[in-house]
Amino acid sequence: MASKLPPYATTGQRIWFYTFRVLCGLVFFYLIFPILIIIPLSFNAENFFTFTPAMLRLDPEGYSLKHYQDFLGANGDYSWLQAFTNSLIIAPLATLLAVSLGTLAAIGLTQPHVPFRKQITALLISPMIVPLIITSAGMFFFYSRPFGYSELGLQGTFAGVVLAHAALGIPFVIITVTATLSSFDNSLTRAAANMGADPVTTFFRVQMPLILPGVISGGLFAFITSFDEVVVVLLVGSAGQKTLPWQMFIGLREQISPTILAVATILVVISIALLTTVELLRRRSERLRGMSPG
Amino acid sequence: MSDATLDGPVLSADGKPLKQSLNLALRRQKIRALILIAPLLVFVLVTFVAPIGSMLMRSVQNTAGTDYIPDLMPNVVVAIEAWDPASGEAPPEDVYRAMAIDMATAFESKSHTQLGRRFNYEAPGISSLFRKSGRPASSWDIETDGPFKEKFLDIDSGWGNIEYWAAIKANSGYYTSSYFLAAFDAQRGVDGISMKEPDQRIYQKLMLRTLGLSLLITFCTLALGYPVAWLLADLPLRTSNLLLILVLLPFWTSLLVRTSAWKILLQEQGVINNFWIALGFTERLSLINNQLGVIIAMTHILLPFMILPLYSVMKTIPPSYLRAAKSLGASNWTAFWRVYFPQTTAGIGAGALLVFILAVGYFITPELVGGADGTFISNRIYFQFAVSGNWGLAAALGTLMLVVVLILYYVYDKLVGVDNVKLG
Repeated sequence: MASKLPPYATTGQRIWFYTFRVLCGLVFFYLIFPILIIIPLSFNAENFFTFTPAMLRLDPEGYSLKHYQDFLGANGDYSWLQAFTNSLIIAPLATLLAVSLGTLAAIGLTQPHVPFRKQITALLISPMIVPLIITSAGMFFFYSRPFGYSELGLQGTFAGVVLAHAALGIPFVIITVTATLSSFDNSLTRAAANMGADPVTTFFRVQMPLILPGVISGGLFAFITSFDEVVVVLLVGSAGQKTLPWQMFIGLREQISPTILAVATILVVISIALLTTVELLRRRSERLRGMSPG
Repeated sequence: MSDATLDGPVLSADGKPLKQSLNLALRRQKIRALILIAPLLVFVLVTFVAPIGSMLMRSVQNTAGTDYIPDLMPNVVVAIEAWDPASGEAPPEDVYRAMAIDMATAFESKSHTQLGRRFNYEAPGISSLFRKSGRPASSWDIETDGPFKEKFLDIDSGWGNIEYWAAIKANSGYYTSSYFLAAFDAQRGVDGISMKEPDQRIYQKLMLRTLGLSLLITFCTLALGYPVAWLLADLPLRTSNLLLILVLLPFWTSLLVRTSAWKILLQEQGVINNFWIALGFTERLSLINNQLGVIIAMTHILLPFMILPLYSVMKTIPPSYLRAAKSLGASNWTAFWRVYFPQTTAGIGAGALLVFILAVGYFITPELVGGADGTFISNRIYFQFAVSGNWGLAAALGTLMLVVVLILYYVYDKLVGVDNVKLG
């Protein structure tokens, strides 16, 4: 396989070259098609989940913002908006917790001498690996009566959901921040200390600006983890903590309403924004480190 | 350092032996690192590890509601000790008398129905006995109203059923193995532990289906991901970075959005079926609410987890190796199979293990597109937990699944290393 066909390629090689590209093209199509198809469907004027004849004729009559208006409560049902608000309360708080604790720990883990480094890392990454249904069921049991005290109960509270989501976001922060730190030049902190900066100043003025892209990427991962999470909210949360994914999950399981198309489109736009941010950050830090601009 | 100390230990500036002060510095470094890690470690231990631990405990704790069985039925537990179910006779009067006392206490705290529900998992039908007997038993006078055996049998003749009493006797301790027995499709009868009839072994079937479908999905992601990763590694960086966005966008898109997209696309009146009809076919395809739907949707959702590790391994293989093989006379296939493929096995291992681990625990996608025959073990755990309310069985199934996942995680750590996980 070469990126270009050499002029001397045989017919067989030419056929293989193009077949291979077509195959890869089909896989790319499979990857992206279901996500993109949602967007035009969400402007459907009818309550259908498929393209109406009017839409296929590109007739403006076939398109409308009806489902978006329903999302905002035009039909008198504010549950989507309420769920969206809840998501916007829970996700940033969980992200903040995960990022602040995770960054500190990542700095600790990348020190030259850490006892039990491998075991600690494996433990901190495990929330990503353990199936969510197990985590959530355990959290339900434990958060209902932490250490046997039901007065401390967090089940069905915002605090419980935030703590649970923070735990789920931590592996992503650890992975991205340790990756950034592994290319961090430690002589910079020593130089700062040498010139009289105390550890706190060194951290905020020297280390933090350099690892910030990794911290932000980790934060975005933690954010999307919480923003997209259903199972924990189903088990640990209660009616008061309905999030957007919760509402979608219930909607998909029972009677499927076309408002879901509008919600899905909004979520796709949010993920495009997050992805763009992460990619820009990655390229910026690669440029800073003198790697090829890509 | 002066000449006089040449024979003695090497000293540092403050006069201590160098070895000692190096050790001190090393210890300080270790403590500093641990202090930085400690807050997160405590946080994870409390919010994540303790919950997992309490789930493990649940799988063996013998409770009804939040109380242990021996605390709810102290008299029955003692009295039934002497009774032998294998004798083929119903328990003696003192057991019934103990039941009358405990039933009355339980009725006052409204826990008699919970007790009934607990034993109903072991002996279906017993819960109605508890429900019916609570109120009458609370009005009996223990000293004068005996014998209680007849009184219980008057309420419901089920109280004479040896199987029911055997279930109570078998589960009279603080801890029980009955949830694990159920999770392994075994049962405890009057004559000991035996496997259920083959057609009733639902959890075995479900475990095998979960592992089988996960394996198939892993294989599908490998078959689709390998060529794409190769193409990405082979193209100039500028082009491959653009194409990589097509892989990363699904990765970043909400799981529910992708699942609902497939639900909408694959349904009977959906886009794909309409297109199929427009092509001239008359029969609509049933693509959803079966295993096919789960495979299509989950392969799509997990594909980026396969492509990204493969890509990062393939990027490091110099293209000159393949050219060298070919210039030495290897055919295209030999060059690929003998030279390129062996170098990518690390990526295949990393990707396949990650996809498999994630697939085994999937809940949302099988729940929404799986129908009856496409559900995974997670769905059954959720059902036992949220619908049946049989938390003990849910916890036992969860424990079994956790063991499987942790073994895979250990293998992943040995082969790939948890600190080598890459995102994007």
